[in-house]
Amino acid sequence: MLKIENLHVFYGGIHALKGINLNVEKGKTVSLIGANGAGKSTTLRCIMGLVKKNEGSIIYNQQDISSLKTRDIVKRGLVLTPEGRRIFPNLSVKENLLLGAYTRTDKNEIDRDFNKVTELFPILKEREWQIAGTLSGGEQQMLAVGRSLMSKPKLIMMDEPSLGLAPLIVKNIFEIIKEINSNGVTVLLVEQNAKAALEIADYAYVLETGTIVLEGKGSELLNNADVQKAYLGEAVIKTKEK
Amino acid sequence: MSLTIFMQQLVNAASLGSLYALLAIGYTMVYGILRLINFAHGDVFMLSTYFAFYAMTSFLLPWYISFAIAIILTILFGTVLERGAYRPLRNSPRISIMISAIAASFLIQNLAVVFFGGIPKAFPSVPIFSKIIQISGVSSSSISVIIPIVTILVLFILGYIINQTKMGMAMRAVSKDYEAARLMGINVNTVISFTFGIGSALAAIGGVMWGLKYPQLIPLMGLMPGLKCFIAAVVGGIGNIKGAVIGGFILGFGEIMIVAVSVYMPYDLSGYRDAFAFVLLIAILLLKPDGIMGKSSVEKV
Ligand SMILES: Nc1ncnc2c1ncn2[C@@H]1O[C@H](COP(=O)(O)OP(=O)(O)OP(=O)(O)O)[C@@H](O)[C@H]1O
Ligand SMILES: [Mg+2]
Repeated sequence: MLKIENLHVFYGGIHALKGINLNVEKGKTVSLIGANGAGKSTTLRCIMGLVKKNEGSIIYNQQDISSLKTRDIVKRGLVLTPEGRRIFPNLSVKENLLLGAYTRTDKNEIDRDFNKVTELFPILKEREWQIAGTLSGGEQQMLAVGRSLMSKPKLIMMDEPSLGLAPLIVKNIFEIIKEINSNGVTVLLVEQNAKAALEIADYAYVLETGTIVLEGKGSELLNNADVQKAYLGEAVIKTKEK
Repeated sequence: MSLTIFMQQLVNAASLGSLYALLAIGYTMVYGILRLINFAHGDVFMLSTYFAFYAMTSFLLPWYISFAIAIILTILFGTVLERGAYRPLRNSPRISIMISAIAASFLIQNLAVVFFGGIPKAFPSVPIFSKIIQISGVSSSSISVIIPIVTILVLFILGYIINQTKMGMAMRAVSKDYEAARLMGINVNTVISFTFGIGSALAAIGGVMWGLKYPQLIPLMGLMPGLKCFIAAVVGGIGNIKGAVIGGFILGFGEIMIVAVSVYMPYDLSGYRDAFAFVLLIAILLLKPDGIMGKSSVEKV
């Protein structure tokens, strides 16, 4: 469904992605893990056209999308729930959700999806008219995911959805990711929470300073000695504060 | 001051305040979305009055068609200004785009001198706007009454666009986070053009009404109202539309009342009318730097 080949990205002089290859099969959950600054967000932002590639290709459904505008990528069914949520704090919960459906014109379908999303996140229905900036961190993350779903994505990419959330909410978020995936939406997940990310992944990649150093089935990587040492050992799990 | 005179001045204040409010909104909206003070906004306002003037005097069009043309041309001009002078610098340091705005302002003023001439022109008088109307002893030209009414109508439409339409929602989203807005599939450039279009439309609506009320046109006529309305926007809390309206009205009332009461003062204060805006600016910057409707007003109190 999505195939990244030899992707290079530079920020000025910084070589952030050094020729990565990555494959996401339809219907699967694929996780991308790695330390801070490895280039995970850059990968997702490049797929969405927010960062321009310097070399390589991003093939989505047999078409190279790497030179398309972000809005045309969204229209093709890709969506990114960005790192740090990036909800619109000055808009109501409902408006945030409706903006998720900005490129769509099928009014009735949008209404139906609005109901579906608020079923998935009942808190959003309850807070429909609340100004989004006043939601709690966990609620904002739900809103960010719900907003992405409103675009009716075929492939949803999430950048650290568990960032800064309490363990119980984290569990909740991962349950929801599973549910989204079971509804037929392909998932590309970037996470610091490597254990949870590998547990739900069909396939996973480990990124280190702009290079893919390891890949394999989620369960394989969970049992891989290097991964255990670098990402799963209690002492080295990197938790980032909000 | 007798009640009738006071009422008369009140009408004048309401119409001047309305004109200031219309112009101030343009500053505040552009600032809200680009964090840019559009120094050329007053000159866009000036152009709108000349557009209407030439449509009526050179092309001999009826006033309503002339005004419509003036508004449309001004909208076009405002969006072209953004494209030419501001968009290429969107990712440059803030100071570059500010210098570009100042340059655009000078350029428009001087081109106006070249093309329109430096000699003042008289805005044609339109009978239905210059009628004197009398309500229980208070007499006033009809335009002074029409200005606040039109302004209120325009403000309602603006409120509807911003709060109820998809484009308005996109504008509010873009004003907070360009990148997140892009991720929604919003075309940020279109939204910014639209914002300039609305700002210019309001300036033009204000401009033609200004021409009817103060019928003397000169190429530099946008300078002082532009500066004052920028101040009005700052006083109200720049980036906040309600604030710009409030700031505009405070300015309009303040100026008219200074002139009104100066008759009863030992010294004639009316010459200080133009200073009012600047005194107000200094006062607000000392007392409440974020403006009346500024963000920290909620948090600080
Ligand atoms: N806009 C930018 N300008 C310059 N350098 C950048 C920019 N964005 C990212 N980088 C650099 O690119 C590298 C990869 O950053 P990226 O945000 O992709 O990492 P990440 O894997 O998402 O890290 P984290 O887990 O901390 O979110 C880092 O060295 C970062 O400093
Ligand atoms: Mg990141």
